[in-house]
Amino acid sequence: MYTSITNRREFIKKMAVLSAMTAAATMFPGILFAEEQEKGIPNSANLDWKKAPCRFCGVGCGVLVGTENGKAIAVKGDPKSPVNKGLCCVKGYHSIMALYGKDRLTKPLVKKNGQYVETSMKEALDLVASKMQDTIKNHGKDAVSIYGSGQWTIPDGYAASKLFKGCIGTNNVEANARLCMASAVTGFLTSFGIDEPMGCYEDIDYADVFFLWGNNMAEMHPVLFSRLLDQRLKRGVKIIDFATRTTRTSKAADSSILFQPQTDLAVANAICYEIINNGWVNKSFVDKHCNFNKGLTNMGYGLEDNYKFKDKPEKINFEAYKKFLEDYTPEKVSKISGVSVKDIKYMAALYGDPNKKVMSLWCMGMNQHSRGTWINNLVYNIHLLTGKISTPGNSPFSLTGQPSACGTVREVGTLTHKLPHGVVMNKKHREFAAKIWDVPVENIDPKPTYHTVEMFRALDRGDIRFMWIQVTNPMVTMPKLKRYRDGAKKEGRFIVVSDIYPTPTTDIADVILPSAMWIEREGLFGNSERRTQHFDQMVDPPGEAMSDTWQLVEVAKRMGYEKQFYYKEETHIEEIYTEYRKHHDNKKHNMAPLEVLKSQPGAMWPYVDGKSTQWRFNAKYDPACSNGEDFHFYGKPDGKAIIWQRPYEPAAEEPDEEYPYWLNTGRVVEHWHTGSMTRRIPVLHKAMPHAYVELHPNDAKRLQIKTGDKVKLTTRRGEIILPASIDQRGVPAPMQVFVPFFDENLLINDITLDSFCPISKEPDYKKCAVKVEKA
Amino acid sequence: MPIKSYLAHPHTGKKDELIKALSLIQQCEVMPAQNQDVLILVTETENKTEEATLKEKLDTIDSLKLLAMVSGFNTPQNN
Ligand code: SF4
Repeated sequence: MYTSITNRREFIKKMAVLSAMTAAATMFPGILFAEEQEKGIPNSANLDWKKAPCRFCGVGCGVLVGTENGKAIAVKGDPKSPVNKGLCCVKGYHSIMALYGKDRLTKPLVKKNGQYVETSMKEALDLVASKMQDTIKNHGKDAVSIYGSGQWTIPDGYAASKLFKGCIGTNNVEANARLCMASAVTGFLTSFGIDEPMGCYEDIDYADVFFLWGNNMAEMHPVLFSRLLDQRLKRGVKIIDFATRTTRTSKAADSSILFQPQTDLAVANAICYEIINNGWVNKSFVDKHCNFNKGLTNMGYGLEDNYKFKDKPEKINFEAYKKFLEDYTPEKVSKISGVSVKDIKYMAALYGDPNKKVMSLWCMGMNQHSRGTWINNLVYNIHLLTGKISTPGNSPFSLTGQPSACGTVREVGTLTHKLPHGVVMNKKHREFAAKIWDVPVENIDPKPTYHTVEMFRALDRGDIRFMWIQVTNPMVTMPKLKRYRDGAKKEGRFIVVSDIYPTPTTDIADVILPSAMWIEREGLFGNSERRTQHFDQMVDPPGEAMSDTWQLVEVAKRMGYEKQFYYKEETHIEEIYTEYRKHHDNKKHNMAPLEVLKSQPGAMWPYVDGKSTQWRFNAKYDPACSNGEDFHFYGKPDGKAIIWQRPYEPAAEEPDEEYPYWLNTGRVVEHWHTGSMTRRIPVLHKAMPHAYVELHPNDAKRLQIKTGDKVKLTTRRGEIILPASIDQRGVPAPMQVFVPFFDENLLINDITLDSFCPISKEPDYKKCAVKVEKA
Repeated sequence: MPIKSYLAHPHTGKKDELIKALSLIQQCEVMPAQNQDVLILVTETENKTEEATLKEKLDTIDSLKLLAMVSGFNTPQNN
């Protein structure tokens, strides 16, 4: 990034500032330096500024990228973006540096006799296409697969889905968002019949109380968290951190309430019990707009291969639901959750107060949960019982981690059962997609195949022989990683990896394709608040690097699908997006035209009559409401949302005598997920150079462990040695430990468990049993 | 040409005063945090003597509670 700034002094100064900002970011949750971005920018009249959504997290901040002589040299928050209003977090400020790491992949590499050999892009793409054709011929269409990402742009995901589902005819399409967002999706679908939040970030400006359910926003969604802090300064709002570990977020919150892992299910039910018991139910809202259901229980945890589960919803009435909640009195729940009766009642009273607007926010804590769908349902229950939903400031809000988990995975539908509009199981939906894709409807298989964990199990078993992995790093992120790494390396598997840097995943590849990153190509992302944002290509990709979209188009053409992949290189993004919009051409999901997205910092779907929709299901704001009432939950056939009876059930593996601690894993503010980009940004890498294990000070004292000492963690899957971190950034509760997963040299996922929510199939990275010893 | 960056913490209610005081010093550049009581201070001096003089000057600023050097890239891991 800075090589084009000739003045070395300026360079050192800039680095000094960035270091200080990084240090400040780790000390003060949500800290922002708005003026710095203007000052730090080279004073050059030749800078060309263009807008883009930030490459990193799902907040989807608008940034302006300054380029000069073909290089991106500066970045600042876009003051016109309603998401971040000109602000940026430490990752956003450093984002362009991720383009210029020394070891960028610039040439395709093909493995020959155990060695990687450089080749041309043409030859590499020929090889990918012919290998895929051979595999289909020898093992059938369901032996090939693609594994993508919430960091895929919308056109990347769309091209992948069209090629695999529409042309080849396999539903072996999955994306890493299965590992982070699937429970949010099934939560929305089961409660409302349609995916994605009903509210938007502007809810923050109206809410009086914020409940963070296992969500370390200060580190994971820093710009949004700073908006919460800003509201506290201006309006005295309350922030309640409800979590299993004390974090930067807890320290900045008004109240930090800790619960035992997995017992959030019980506490959510206790809150509902209190709401009903104290007469805080919004009766007219519930009567008009809600149904009550129960589903199957004791579902298992998906630990065995080919595990299957299908819920059987059954209607119940309010009385039956009320009776069920008698098992969840604050007194009973306090015993299993460790949350005091007083705190449960305090939380319920805030939710129940008719004069307070409440926003609930969550991310991985509720989604990476062996009962992830249930806990999503339970938080919706609270909002539905009180009628605090779909109005400004009353908002259950599931946040995303990746920049286009919503845009690409959930909206384009790059999951095995999904189509851009609807699901493969539905004949009408298949017909609709086939028409737009220009393929015979029989091509689209009506049966979903493998969700992510099962897809890697199928690769291990040999049911899948070919896998193309784009923009993601599963050899760091898969739970119980060793099994899947060994499986991918087995004889007779062919793995293609498209990425920008070498990673543990490129290590298992037979072909490595160098990808163009972010502003090196044109693209679109969709963030957590249904906002679709477009970015232009601003700089050239290095060497032969090529966008993931165009790699897919080239391979599709080689496989004989020229008719379906008719796009021209210069205009393919526009052509693809325009075609994609046809799938959502209805009032419930209409996407804004490309010209609109080019002219402004994004638009929120449904985009109807030239307007974004901020609050869905509310007739005042949402043009898709048509029942003549104030609210219309039109995702369900009868227009009513569902309040679910879901019990507390324990996690798949809980501490016992042999493995007496809980192991929790997660992220840190400096690094983007597996660190493959941010670890190449010197200031971020040096601020957080390696993983560590956090222990509670009492446990550390008993085990005679100090910060920096080596600690051995052992689970039923294996062991790992990490340096200890005591009373530093985060403090786990007693008998719990926390390890971040960004470090490819200390792969914590080698010892995690691959249990998942039976409904969403999203793994629970937050809970397994571990033994802790001084090494 | 030592270039150093610090986190400068003002006494309660003295953030604006501190920004003003630091901005008056030629070798100092200040970037206040927008939403926290802390500022980034970058100092640029020609040599060690000038730096020592600057240090003395900084010590006399009343509104300054604490000056924590970030010391280039040797940021401690967790704090
Ligand atoms: S909060 Fe997320 S989207 Fe915003 S600047 Fe930071 S990393 Fe980028």
